[in-house]
Amino acid sequence: MQFTLEFVLFVIFGLGAIATAVLMITRKNPIMSAIFLVVNFFTVAVIYLLLKAQFIAIIQVLVYMGAIMVLFLFVIMLLNLQDEKKLSEQFTYKKITAVLLSILLAMLLGTTFWFGFSGKYLRLADTAEKLGTAESLGKLLFTVYSFPVIAAGMLLLAGIVGAVVLAKKKFD
Amino acid sequence: MPEWLIDILITLTKIVIVEGVILTAVAYSVYAERRVSAFTQNRIGPNRVGPAGLLQPLVDVVKLLMKEDIVPAKANRLVHALAPGISILVALSTFAVIPFGDKILLAGREIKLQIADVNIGILYILALVSLGVYGVTLSGWSSNSKYSLLGGLRSSAQMISYELSMGLAVLGVILINGSFELDTIVQNQFGWKWNIILQPIGFLTFLVSAFAETNRTPFDLPEAEQELVGGYHTEYSSMKFAMFFLAEYANVIVASSVITTLYLGGWQFPYLQTFGLPDMLVSILQVLAFCGKVFLMVLFFIWVRWTIPRFRYDQLMNLGWKAMLPLALANLVLTAIILTLFKT
Amino acid sequence: MLESYIPIMLVLSFALIFAVVMINLSSLLGPSKPDKEKLSTYESGMEPIGTARERFSVKYYMVAVSFILFDLEVVFLYPWAISFINFPKAEMVYSLIVALIFIFILFVGLIYEYKKGVLKWD
Repeated sequence: MQFTLEFVLFVIFGLGAIATAVLMITRKNPIMSAIFLVVNFFTVAVIYLLLKAQFIAIIQVLVYMGAIMVLFLFVIMLLNLQDEKKLSEQFTYKKITAVLLSILLAMLLGTTFWFGFSGKYLRLADTAEKLGTAESLGKLLFTVYSFPVIAAGMLLLAGIVGAVVLAKKKFD
Repeated sequence: MPEWLIDILITLTKIVIVEGVILTAVAYSVYAERRVSAFTQNRIGPNRVGPAGLLQPLVDVVKLLMKEDIVPAKANRLVHALAPGISILVALSTFAVIPFGDKILLAGREIKLQIADVNIGILYILALVSLGVYGVTLSGWSSNSKYSLLGGLRSSAQMISYELSMGLAVLGVILINGSFELDTIVQNQFGWKWNIILQPIGFLTFLVSAFAETNRTPFDLPEAEQELVGGYHTEYSSMKFAMFFLAEYANVIVASSVITTLYLGGWQFPYLQTFGLPDMLVSILQVLAFCGKVFLMVLFFIWVRWTIPRFRYDQLMNLGWKAMLPLALANLVLTAIILTLFKT
Repeated sequence: MLESYIPIMLVLSFALIFAVVMINLSSLLGPSKPDKEKLSTYESGMEPIGTARERFSVKYYMVAVSFILFDLEVVFLYPWAISFINFPKAEMVYSLIVALIFIFILFVGLIYEYKKGVLKWD
């Protein structure tokens, strides 16, 4: 293993990603959890950058850190924090879900380690840098994959309608 | 010395110079604001400390440093300290991708007058702008004060609303240039081809959004003094308050630089190359042209603040969602159609 | 490619150090004489009533949701905008039509929000 700049940065930000993820789920205060999730997204963005996916890295910051987490913060602030205790009351479905998700996580980790250490997927594709730019994405998205783009548009529309319907009761 | 070390040293020099200039400019735009407001209101303004009051900003900084740092008993201490940090971090980092001059030759080495020339230039700026929301939201929440919370909420809702029209306005510029790189965008604006001429509607929407993003009048609802005391920074004192203050003016300067770069030709000085001046002089004049344009934009920000009254919150939201957003969309569609028609 | 991002990391570290130093400076330099009144929450000189941890209007939440959805629209359009001018004529027209349909779908969503009064503040 060579100590290249990429490797050093990967170790730093990989460990950072794990640390912030653990901190996120162990914090009692939901706002602190949200802040750690934001930091976690940043470390993941740097890891995308190390994989030469420049566009995805900046979109990670723009969308996840700059938009989705703002909504999370709003929701946390919107909920009355005094209701915290009520939320964490015993709930049997929760335990079943937790077990199922743990099995899923174990399987994911297993496959990652299996393929990771077999050395099969350790190398980046030679075209990775070119593929990671917005230009190559745009060329593909709006010509070859135009149907999925329009489908994504429909999905976003469904999201708008869903949000309005859910919140509508509050307006009246 | 190895090559990479020289590169890093050059970069560090650029960072120190640029940040030093920004921080000085921030101090003096506060001074300019006070003098211009005084002039507008037929007062004198600060004129006692140093010649014409020019040392006033330095004294203010020292005063703020020596003040007691009060954290309200009911506040969340950690988040309370974090919020101004986020604001200043974002404000000082945004300038990294803005080119303030053409390449220069120095000791046989070609040096770009830009800290970082990255493939995703504009998106980096937009991403940092979108992170600026955290500073106000978290400060509003952590202070545990009603004024702060209201100010923070209003401000975040306002900032995210205008971020959309900002992004859409930028799309028009990207369409014309086919690049995110700010250096390319400036290079393309030679002669009369400034983007303000090619993208007048885009310029207008971007300008209005920039005012809203920097929370400047007429969009200064988050700190509407008459109803919210100080808005999101009601419970801040000493250097933490100063950080919000600093971030506001740094944002004004950075917003002016971004507007200059995207729409006013950046460092381009129209038809300068035709005069046959020595290269070094041309480079210096270009940097001066950039600084001059930014200075005029900052003055414009200040001028507007002391001329126009504040919007009501419903007016502000309506303007954002029902005027700016459709306008920016229309500009985008129109630009794309015209580009297609002129394509041979 | 990574080399071009090193200056950005340096700028971010510079700004981070600056922020941390400045935030902590005044608690070192300034006086510290806290008392109960000084540390109470400001409420126009009155005793604070209740807390600020109250629920607020669902409209802020709706603005945030609408923002995410339209922000995603803008994000989809970035790759289109950057490759648009370099397309050959035929592909240019095709991608323009795709983009127009995409924008139209979301414009319908915007009209829907206007009609439902989601973005109406009074």
